[in-house]
Amino acid sequence: MSGVVKSQATDPGVVSGNISILFQSYEEDTLIGAVVPPAKSGLNAFSNVNYTQGNFSAGLRYESYLNSVLGFPGRFKGSGIGYRYARWSDKEVGVDVTVGNFYETFGAGYLFRSYEARNLGLDNAMDGVRLLLHPIDGVAVKMVYGKQRLDFDSELINGEGIIRGLNAEVNLNDLIPGLEDAKLRITPSYSFVSRFQDGGNIVKDEPSDTIGPLILELPKNVAGWEYGATVHYGMWKGGVNLTKKINDPSADNGYIYKDGEALMAYLTGNIKDFSFLLQRSITDNMSFRSDRDLLLFDAPINNIPSITKNHTYNLAATLYPYATVINGESSFRGELHYKLKRGSKLGGKYGTKMNLVFSTSYSLDTTRLSGVDGIVNGYQRNSWGFGDSLNVQDISFEIERKFSKNFKAKAMYMNLQFNTLATPVTTDFKGIVFADIFVLETQIKTAKRQSLRTEFQALLTEQDKGDWATAVVEYTWSPHWFASIIDQYNFGNPDEAKRVHYLYGSAGYINGPHRLSIGYGKRREGIFCVGGVCRAVPASSGLEVTFTSSF
Amino acid sequence: MLINLHKTFLSAKSVLIAGVLLSLMLGDAYAQSIPSVKLKDLTGSTIDTGTLENDGNPIVICFWATWCSPCKRELNTYMDYYGDWQDETGVKIVAVSIDDSRSTNRVSPYIMSSGWEFDILLDPAGDFKRAMNVMNVPHTFLYNGAGELVWSHNNYAEGDEEELYEELLKLAN
Repeated sequence: MSGVVKSQATDPGVVSGNISILFQSYEEDTLIGAVVPPAKSGLNAFSNVNYTQGNFSAGLRYESYLNSVLGFPGRFKGSGIGYRYARWSDKEVGVDVTVGNFYETFGAGYLFRSYEARNLGLDNAMDGVRLLLHPIDGVAVKMVYGKQRLDFDSELINGEGIIRGLNAEVNLNDLIPGLEDAKLRITPSYSFVSRFQDGGNIVKDEPSDTIGPLILELPKNVAGWEYGATVHYGMWKGGVNLTKKINDPSADNGYIYKDGEALMAYLTGNIKDFSFLLQRSITDNMSFRSDRDLLLFDAPINNIPSITKNHTYNLAATLYPYATVINGESSFRGELHYKLKRGSKLGGKYGTKMNLVFSTSYSLDTTRLSGVDGIVNGYQRNSWGFGDSLNVQDISFEIERKFSKNFKAKAMYMNLQFNTLATPVTTDFKGIVFADIFVLETQIKTAKRQSLRTEFQALLTEQDKGDWATAVVEYTWSPHWFASIIDQYNFGNPDEAKRVHYLYGSAGYINGPHRLSIGYGKRREGIFCVGGVCRAVPASSGLEVTFTSSF
Repeated sequence: MLINLHKTFLSAKSVLIAGVLLSLMLGDAYAQSIPSVKLKDLTGSTIDTGTLENDGNPIVICFWATWCSPCKRELNTYMDYYGDWQDETGVKIVAVSIDDSRSTNRVSPYIMSSGWEFDILLDPAGDFKRAMNVMNVPHTFLYNGAGELVWSHNNYAEGDEEELYEELLKLAN
């Protein structure tokens, strides 16, 4: 199929795509709370198939949930086509039109982000029409109109609301002659997004009962807009975004009519061998969905990214992951990266890298309103500053060094304060978890094309489930084979019966773009967080087979 | 109930087998060129991936992210050999970051402290990733001087760079 090549006479087009299969079978394990669903196994599979011929392309994704694996939205059911589109794109005239499904993001996504995180079960693809125009050099306009994917039951199920959006970005350097190669590059942008959903009324009680219950009309149209600008100066970059949203009482905000606002500003650059990132972000009442009555993972229109670092090590990444408190938070992040040069006294033969990341988030500085105003608008924000209640503080320091051709190592220390009331990742503890996390990773080249990698991790805390340790051992035979064992041990759990080893082994074969892996063991309950919400994946025990391929 | 269960297993199995067969069938047959998607580089310039070229020499496209350890191991290893590979084969490596808005601003400070000399492109919305049918990172593609896909590899293990180097030598000869 993909072997079809452009011939000189006619162009028959190219087919490309990918396939993913995830199969799990389950065993009961009362100790870790692993249960067996009625079907005893789960299967998630999909394949994207795209056809491209010249300026034309079309494609579809076939999806199967038979039944969906544990931790996935359980109502993803059956098999069928979950995504289909046709697209015409002519670069010469600057026109690109898509009908059917598409993904699109305006700017940083604070107002509009339609995307997929398939392994988390998140997919808010648009279904409608998208028009991308490049009328003149330096100007890009995006128009989107459609409904959003909400669910899947042998076919695509869209949410109720209609979404209409417009985004314009102007690259001043490409627009103004003579500035094309200037070091200073300025790119302003503007977005507008609105949602239509049939309304109705809601009734709210007035506590003092002097005027009786209030009957409030739910707005049928909700509007949001965003002003942004990005400035580059060589490798320095800065940006600012101001987003606003009106008329959106929703299940998320308790059906208040207060305006939503978000402000984000950042700067990155370098001074000698140091490079840095500074970011400030304030989010106030910015939940925005296709359907005002939905919650959690369902049909978000926008996506406000979490302020914390996206950690890679298991204990740092999955026990206490932070998600943006979408109803309101005030956050800061600072990063410093430094490289000791190759061949220097401290840097060693291959150089040494280190980085320090500090991120913190607090509640907003607000005052609750009283009386009718309180019922209608909820609260008012006093400033863009920090409130009294800590959501999270995450400080991590990482150092990485290659000692010789055959040996390298990486160490990390992280100090975490995590408010489980702000991000409810556990039901065992309510309050602030104080944790210290230590990681040592080593990699040894054992023979030609073979290597042994190990990770030793510890998370020490007095709160919640107590102390954890993790060991990972991975052996690879390039380019085809790998095997790994991971053991997570909750050795400090206050409940001695729960001091369990979660042992999981896997092995696999890779051939070019095809990858097959088979694993067996216990999987700890985990938390996935995306765009401000977290989903708990239950503990499970058993066999897992995954196959992925692209063609 | 029993029948339903049987059906579930049956369809699960048939999807699995169909998947394996299809991918074996497709095997090593490649003739795809680089799809056209507009991305930004670290200086803010817009680059059309469909116009990536390297004077008739090979191009390697690596998808990576700041949160992906194997990706960083892969590209750090390539950096150790990049000078030699360029001399011998004229190759250009393009590292495409799929960091989304949560981490895309980290790319620049990370690159500056890593000393990578690759061309860096940012794909925060995943448009290029989707166009290239990439599911997980790292995923590495090798295009010959005529812009045709000749080799690709998912995941990275120590030593995979030798396979890439052998493929590069084949193109150079």
